[in-house]
Amino acid sequence: MPTVTTLIWIAVALLLVGVYLSWTAGRLDRLHARIDAARAALDAQLLRRASIAQELATAGLLDPAASIVLYQAAHDARLAEEDQREVAESELSQALRAVFAERAQVEEVRAAPGGEETADELGAAVRRVPMARRFHNDAVRAARALRRHRTVRWFRLAGHAPFPLAFEMDDEPPPALADREA
Amino acid sequence: MRIGIVCPYSWDVPGGVQFHVRDLAEHLTGLGHEVSVLAPSDDDTPLPPYVVSAGRAVPVPYNGSVARLNFGFLSAARVRRWVHEGAFDVLHIHEPATPSLALLACWAAQGPIVATFHTSNPRSRAMVAAYPILQPALEKISARIAVSEYARRTLVEHLGGDAVVIPNGVDVGFFSRAAPRPEWQGGPEGRTIGFIGRIDEPRKGLPVLMQALPAILEKAPGTRLLVAGRGDEAEAVAALPQEMRESVEFLGMVGDEDKARLLRSVDLYVAPNTGGESFGIILVEAMSAGAPVLASDLDAFEQVLDGGAAGELFAGEQADALAAAAVRLLSDPERRAELRARGTRHVRRFDWSTVGADVLAVYETVTDGAASVAPDERTGLRARLGLARD
Repeated sequence: MPTVTTLIWIAVALLLVGVYLSWTAGRLDRLHARIDAARAALDAQLLRRASIAQELATAGLLDPAASIVLYQAAHDARLAEEDQREVAESELSQALRAVFAERAQVEEVRAAPGGEETADELGAAVRRVPMARRFHNDAVRAARALRRHRTVRWFRLAGHAPFPLAFEMDDEPPPALADREA
Repeated sequence: MRIGIVCPYSWDVPGGVQFHVRDLAEHLTGLGHEVSVLAPSDDDTPLPPYVVSAGRAVPVPYNGSVARLNFGFLSAARVRRWVHEGAFDVLHIHEPATPSLALLACWAAQGPIVATFHTSNPRSRAMVAAYPILQPALEKISARIAVSEYARRTLVEHLGGDAVVIPNGVDVGFFSRAAPRPEWQGGPEGRTIGFIGRIDEPRKGLPVLMQALPAILEKAPGTRLLVAGRGDEAEAVAALPQEMRESVEFLGMVGDEDKARLLRSVDLYVAPNTGGESFGIILVEAMSAGAPVLASDLDAFEQVLDGGAAGELFAGEQADALAAAAVRLLSDPERRAELRARGTRHVRRFDWSTVGADVLAVYETVTDGAASVAPDERTGLRARLGLARD
């Protein structure tokens, strides 16, 4: 008789472990989905920023030197290979900061026909990139924390999903564009 | 956009988070979005049309004080139904790290969830113990907002991860348009100092101001202190010499309109808070109304005042420092005019037009390409093993 009781207990324990593992796998799955969504949003924001910068560079609103610098940086950011992306996007941030270092430059763009919308769009884009990047890296951190957990490692709950990497870049917006006091 | 907002505290009790949720909901509605707010409230309290009651909050002792919270089976069912019926594009919960409605909503829903962290409570023991339970719910939050850089720091320290900083909003126009009331305005015979806050709440710092008052009255005779807020008035002036008590006027609880008029009228607004502030909305309101601000140097205040550029700071809880700074400001109309001008420029970033646009930018970032909010149907073991039929 005791053997039957023991067997029942073992079965119950196994079932509980199974439920726990299944639940943890579900959590991990959700985190990976969240990273994918955050990454897509970040990509969209980066692309948007590069497109507006490129548009501005070719619109003839800036002086030739600034136009070339901005065009080159925006072009490189759009075409960068995955492993060069962080560097290229950081360089675009630096180029934007260099071009819009003076508030007067922003004013000049705004004064041009159609410049008001372009400046607003660029301002929104440079503010949203850091936002999207924070959300992405926050999701990455949560997933990494869970994946380092013993249970997840021993039972290989993450499957073949690649270990998530944070997106590191210089996303400091030009103060003259992002500032709210103007 | 269909937006669901969860307010963790009772709608019937006035408070910073409730006001923030109300203003946010009204601002977003004004922009043409469909907003529904889920908040605890007594069933017989009249609610604005956009608020759905989550049932009465139960007072329970929590973290050293009595908190009014919603939990349990019934509340969870109401939350689930609200999430299901709302079919929201985005869910915005407030204060998710407290055992409250926000946490329940986070537990019950999936999809794009945005969370705003208002307070910067030091980590409580209950939270440490609950961390493994909390973590799976907090993991669902796609975007975190902190109301100040200070709140963000505490959040990062305690929960890890990161957040974007979006300050609380203020309707700047409402305060700048208010008409001053002559009896609250100072004149050549003496200036007026304003204070708004609970009288009997020591953290709001009225005792420090009362301690500083004799020195202020000595150097700047004729100064009047106008105090608006609930509490025992006799006890508040008990420490003052008899002849000075007349310089203090108690206005009791004031409504929004009178609050704006008071801030428009005074020559100096003093915020002597000693702690427990994570933002300092009252300072923004004072600046919006064009009142020069003198505040204690709490982290949160320092930030709202742009490191002391938009208002003056004094060493917290030091009555002497407060008195010296107040006397200097009261006798220097040019400096007050300068602070007024700087404050007026500085508050634009706190106006709902700016704050609302930032909040919407967060919504758009998390909803981009994501499915809408739905009840979290936990995938059972059967489904995971491939046994469940679709």
